[in-house]
Amino acid sequence: MSLRSPLGRVLGLGAAKEGVQHWWHQRVSAVALILLATWFVLSLLTLGELSYENVHAWMARPVNATFLVLLVITVLYHSQLGVQVVIEDYLARKGVKVASLIASQFIHIALGALAVIAVLRTVFGAAA
Amino acid sequence: MQSHSRSARPLSPHLQIYRWQYTMTLSILHRITGCAMSVGLVLFVYWLLSIADGPQSYERAMTFFAHPLVRVLLVGFSFAFFYHLANGIRHLVWDMGYGLERREARTSGWVAFLSAVAVTILFWIVVAVRHTGDIA
Repeated sequence: MSLRSPLGRVLGLGAAKEGVQHWWHQRVSAVALILLATWFVLSLLTLGELSYENVHAWMARPVNATFLVLLVITVLYHSQLGVQVVIEDYLARKGVKVASLIASQFIHIALGALAVIAVLRTVFGAAA
Repeated sequence: MQSHSRSARPLSPHLQIYRWQYTMTLSILHRITGCAMSVGLVLFVYWLLSIADGPQSYERAMTFFAHPLVRVLLVGFSFAFFYHLANGIRHLVWDMGYGLERREARTSGWVAFLSAVAVTILFWIVVAVRHTGDIA
């Protein structure tokens, strides 16, 4: 049970009923991505030959795998937030809009799950 | 009645009659590059999956990525990334309340765009130098 008054709870939330949460999450994930994505680009450049052995060994190292998982989750979250705004801005018909929003969420979450599983399998190996 | 009430209201300028300024191009480019990269994430996840799936899948993926058309796409994605990064930092600085004066915003716009072009070129030069033997 919340101790906040009904008025206090809705103040500042505006017509979208969620206040600045979406905006703030977009900014925080952006800041995280400056670090994570720059790390990834520099890693790609310093990886050496992009052979299977090289890339697999790089990805299997715990620190790299951790940052990769963080990168994948953050980038897909940031992408979902951005695509959501674009859909809300340009799709006027309610049914199409809601369907697109749900589709976008499904696709982003599915891609995230696939990517995390891919990294984890590379770290922990799998029965061939 | 309806037409009267419409014409009586002030309208914000429509996009078609609004004088085009390159700051608008930079703004829409931020969205376009973001959307492009959202699509590009499919390729990124495909690459990760191919590594997890073993050498044959990885070879297949790398053959795909080596295709000239896909190469062009990758150059596009790399520019999208560097532009979105540079312009995104510009947005974050604005959010902190700095650089909002017209001259500052114009200058930072040029800096974001030109540095994105420069870093993209630099990136592919480094790739070319480091991986000359890769796909021979």
